[in-house]
Amino acid sequence: MTPGWIIAVIAAAGLASGGALMAWPRSTWPLLGVLGVLFACLSVRGHKSSRFAIALALLLFFIPAAGTENTFLFELVTQMGIFAAMALGLNIVVGMAGLLDLGYAAFFAIGAYTWAIFGSGQAAEFMSGSFPLAGWPYFYLFSALAIITAALTGTLIGLPALRLRGDYLAIVTLGLGQVVRVLANNLDQPVNITNGPQGITPIERPPIGWLLGFMRFIGLGDNPALGYAIFFYLLVLAVIGIVVLVNVRLDRSRFGRAWVAIREDEIAARASGISLTRTKLQAFATGAAFSGVMGAIFSAKQLFVSPESFTLLQSITILAMVILGGMGSIRGALVGAMAVTLLNIEVLKSFSDFLVDLRQSGYVLDLGIVSFNFANLSDQVEPAKYERMIFGIILILMMIFRPSGLIPESRHRLEAGSEKKDGMTG
Amino acid sequence: MLELRDVHACYGHIHALKGVTIHVQEGEIVTLIGSNGAGKSTTLRCISGLLAPRSGEILWRGQPIHGLKPFEVAALGIGHSPEGRRIFPRLSVEENLEIGAYLERDAAVIARRKTDVFSLFPRLAERRKQDGGTLSGGEQQMLAIGRALMQNPSLLLLDEPTLGLAPVLVENLFETLQTLHRAGKTILLVEQNAWHALHIAQRAYVLQTGSITHQGIAKEIADDPEVKQAYLGGD
Repeated sequence: MTPGWIIAVIAAAGLASGGALMAWPRSTWPLLGVLGVLFACLSVRGHKSSRFAIALALLLFFIPAAGTENTFLFELVTQMGIFAAMALGLNIVVGMAGLLDLGYAAFFAIGAYTWAIFGSGQAAEFMSGSFPLAGWPYFYLFSALAIITAALTGTLIGLPALRLRGDYLAIVTLGLGQVVRVLANNLDQPVNITNGPQGITPIERPPIGWLLGFMRFIGLGDNPALGYAIFFYLLVLAVIGIVVLVNVRLDRSRFGRAWVAIREDEIAARASGISLTRTKLQAFATGAAFSGVMGAIFSAKQLFVSPESFTLLQSITILAMVILGGMGSIRGALVGAMAVTLLNIEVLKSFSDFLVDLRQSGYVLDLGIVSFNFANLSDQVEPAKYERMIFGIILILMMIFRPSGLIPESRHRLEAGSEKKDGMTG
Repeated sequence: MLELRDVHACYGHIHALKGVTIHVQEGEIVTLIGSNGAGKSTTLRCISGLLAPRSGEILWRGQPIHGLKPFEVAALGIGHSPEGRRIFPRLSVEENLEIGAYLERDAAVIARRKTDVFSLFPRLAERRKQDGGTLSGGEQQMLAIGRALMQNPSLLLLDEPTLGLAPVLVENLFETLQTLHRAGKTILLVEQNAWHALHIAQRAYVLQTGSITHQGIAKEIADDPEVKQAYLGGD
């Protein structure tokens, strides 16, 4: 339990950074402040309702208010949300059930293509009927369908993987994940289902007349680009809310217990009456489902999908989020997704821009002994391209200094906090 | 209640069980003694479905159960506390017990069984929020037995529950087994600690390199000169 004054400090910091973000919506520092407060809300213990209220105020008031000036904020948080849902799904498979899955982006692809094919003219290539399926119920219907198709694919990929563990399972899932991408790449012949490497575009978005009406009402005008930014922001927040709720329920249910049991000791779990087959498949299917629904939302948001969006790097990025946050920890997965996304699309890019500015201005760093003229900095030096290297370094550092993640699974907290006793004394 | 007829089992090329025939009656404590590698644990693994026998029959209340999956065997009321305790070290005592009751969905029943286990092993109640891995060896063994009891099994398969325990704890544990027996549990006990096991059991089997060499009333087995020589340290 955290003392009350810390919560008060977090609330004050939330108010200050939120206000600063509204005043300077394009500046990076207030944004980092806001995200820092969200991190704090996730990592502090106790005072559930106050923390929830602070996070909600930031997410539903300060960020949207600043976002109307700078839609990039919506884009950033929406991306974070999409990755957070996937991190939560992968957390079930890898973190809770202990099944190392390196092909997780495949389920995201399945979800994305489920809506992309029917939400564009693509479906007309191989079936009769009028496409795209525009109009309000279709997108939501197909999002639900994406959950089912992803869960089914998860089960299918899980089946051959059932007898494998650890490294072997990782290799098989890595291969199966690539199979999905290669299929998407090549299913333009003989029947054009996925449109191959060109990808599918444009993809329909659900109509948002109601939101535009509301925006006109509060004096924001009816710019559809802003409307859709807000729409996807709210949609992703709502889905994340549901996903977190489902995760928390699962974690405490017999499913969650069974997952953790097979992770900890398969033989003991089997002796306790847990079916390995069923439990592993449930983990794969549940994890895949979360990814599938976000895939559908992603395709509508981007208006475009292509096999290039679902590479191995994508799977590894999500795994990095889970490991960074803390395997098996729900709050950890959220924090990991936020941190990695932020690093990817904000910090590295800003740093690149910063270096470009320095280079162009010919700034000379003079420390007396050494001096460096930034005009001489090679064009090749661009942090945004070092994503993989930086992930690698982060993961190595995490493994050395904090192997159970930023926010360890609550089951491990006792162990970390209390001194270990010798387990073999009589 | 339980009957094994001519059960053979192999690990790869190693022929671990060479025609084991044993039976357990309702309400008995039956012990299976023998040296390392005799096939005691293998016998239990065959019964609970962790290992499929190569040939032979395993009957539970007259019905064949060989070839069933472990969770199906568990659902029939056979609880297996496997060799080496195998508690979940990173889960709390309570979570360990809850996993034991995995097949039971009724929360009230699970709570009642938990109370029963805690009254049998008050030490576990004191440590209910503690991680399994932080318990002492004796407590871990209590937890392993408690976890198997959470299934509310009619037959309890115990694999070397006294392994690595101090003598005083061994005494306590055997007393607890007798308490369970008086409460009506049937127990098939695999032990290296032959003297104690023969003391509390009604009947006994001696297993040697995969075959039964002696069987009968526990007291008589304990008096058998050959058994005495081999397992009870002579006299």
